[in-house]
Amino acid sequence: MNTVADIIKIVRKTTRPTSLEYIEHIFDGFVEFHGDRLFADDKAVVGGIALLNGMPVTVIGIQKGHTIEENVLRNFGSVHPEGYRKALRLMKQAEKFNRPVITFINTAGAFCGIGAEERGQGEAIARNLIEMSSLKVPIISIIIGEGGSGGAIALALADKVWMLENSVYSILSPEGFASILWKDVKRSGEAAELMKMTARDLLDIEIIDKVIKEHEDGAENDFDLTANEIKLSLIEEFNELRSFSTDELLQKRYEKFRNMGEYLE
Amino acid sequence: MNIFKKKTYVPINIQRPDDEPAQVPIIKDGMWTKCPKCEKTIYVKELSDHKVCVVCKNPFRIGVNERLGITVDENTFSELFANIRTKNPMNFPNYEKKIDEVCKKTGIQEAVISGECEINGEKCIICIMDSNFIMGSMGSVVGEKITRSFEHATENNLPIVIFTASGGARMQEGINSLMQMAKISAAAARHNEKGLLYITVLTDPTTGGVTASFAMQGDVILSEPNALIGFAGARVIENTIKQKLPEGFQRAEFLLEHGFIDKIVKREELKNTIGNILKIHSIGGEEVL
Ligand SMILES: [Zn+2]
Repeated sequence: MNTVADIIKIVRKTTRPTSLEYIEHIFDGFVEFHGDRLFADDKAVVGGIALLNGMPVTVIGIQKGHTIEENVLRNFGSVHPEGYRKALRLMKQAEKFNRPVITFINTAGAFCGIGAEERGQGEAIARNLIEMSSLKVPIISIIIGEGGSGGAIALALADKVWMLENSVYSILSPEGFASILWKDVKRSGEAAELMKMTARDLLDIEIIDKVIKEHEDGAENDFDLTANEIKLSLIEEFNELRSFSTDELLQKRYEKFRNMGEYLE
Repeated sequence: MNIFKKKTYVPINIQRPDDEPAQVPIIKDGMWTKCPKCEKTIYVKELSDHKVCVVCKNPFRIGVNERLGITVDENTFSELFANIRTKNPMNFPNYEKKIDEVCKKTGIQEAVISGECEINGEKCIICIMDSNFIMGSMGSVVGEKITRSFEHATENNLPIVIFTASGGARMQEGINSLMQMAKISAAAARHNEKGLLYITVLTDPTTGGVTASFAMQGDVILSEPNALIGFAGARVIENTIKQKLPEGFQRAEFLLEHGFIDKIVKREELKNTIGNILKIHSIGGEEVL
């Protein structure tokens, strides 16, 4: 089994399969839609409609690249407010046409910059959270790489949250954690151990619902294994989720997050 | 659920303990202090109850008890959910010890206090965050108290007013802190769907996961002048984009200019402004002239 240090290395490799590759493999007839209708088209987020085994769905993904050029185009998977707003527009569209939503997440974090603040990065994430919590169609989120803090949860308030075996999900990077809490970035290894950021750890503490199998050295070494498991799991899970009434679905989603957090009373 | 019935009446002008944490301006009676905005030295007694700089009118950071004192009607505040206490879910080294120390220093149990109160005679639920308590950071207790406050307000058809003051998520509780953003948002959504009013009052500082969740979800978003409000920290942005940030960046006036808050209100006028907004919403749509 990979250590957390191994996983962090694997997850940051530029060879790691991206959202668009999973989308192309898993769904049929993907039609990509662009823009938030407010400001711009954020290329760090891709989204559109497709068929999952014949069922119409809306698919959204945070997109990284394999090369420097691709990564510059995709802003290294760091989303601006317009990216979160594009995703929300597509989710509301999914609700209108009664299509389930799938989100693929792979970001070190929401982008930190002047424009992002001017256009309300906080508001964009906050809006997604409040809207996703009451979106009347099933949502499944899959963390395929890095699940970086607010930038990740902005697309992961879902009925089911899954993670690939070699992915991570955390409040911030282990480097950031070590430098904030211990003023020593060299202790990031220790931070990573403490933070419980791997798929297995997060399944254990019931933050996520499922771990998707992956080749030990990373999903790019056996892409079909991982992509096929995602596809089969999605079909199975949506069959289940679609059997609930809207009220039941929303109640279950509410309770899922309602129970998170630990305190004494 | 007997927690909803439990009420502790808290006097609203509790003396603050002597040694305050270092990151906020130290306000002690009979002392001189420096205004963080105009940097003039001010005699503390001159600050009055509102703790506003006599030179530049900048509102100083204040704690829960000062905020209660200038916001709620006398003898109307009853605290809710006061017995929820911090745990150490990640076994973070020395976290319990740190919490104990901060409790002793600040005289409060966590970074938020919740309760029922009246503001200018209008009944509402109120939550007040305190930046003296580990920078008002949001962990499980803050998340749980604010979530319960929304649920209590929804159940009792009450408006809710939240004063935010937070550096963001409580790092020591790891992923649990991140999940509070989702938990609170879901409770806020239910309050919203019932047609109830939510007012946020952003105070200095409101950043990170608090900005990216309930701070920005109000029907009405007010702010105090000059409050720092943003998602990312200024240093993180400078390190990312390798350039200096413009003057006034992420201040309340900057957010007003960019359309993200409804109104900047002077501290001395906040109580009346909130009271007026509550009053207007308390009149049903069917009550026409
Ligand atoms: Zn001043």
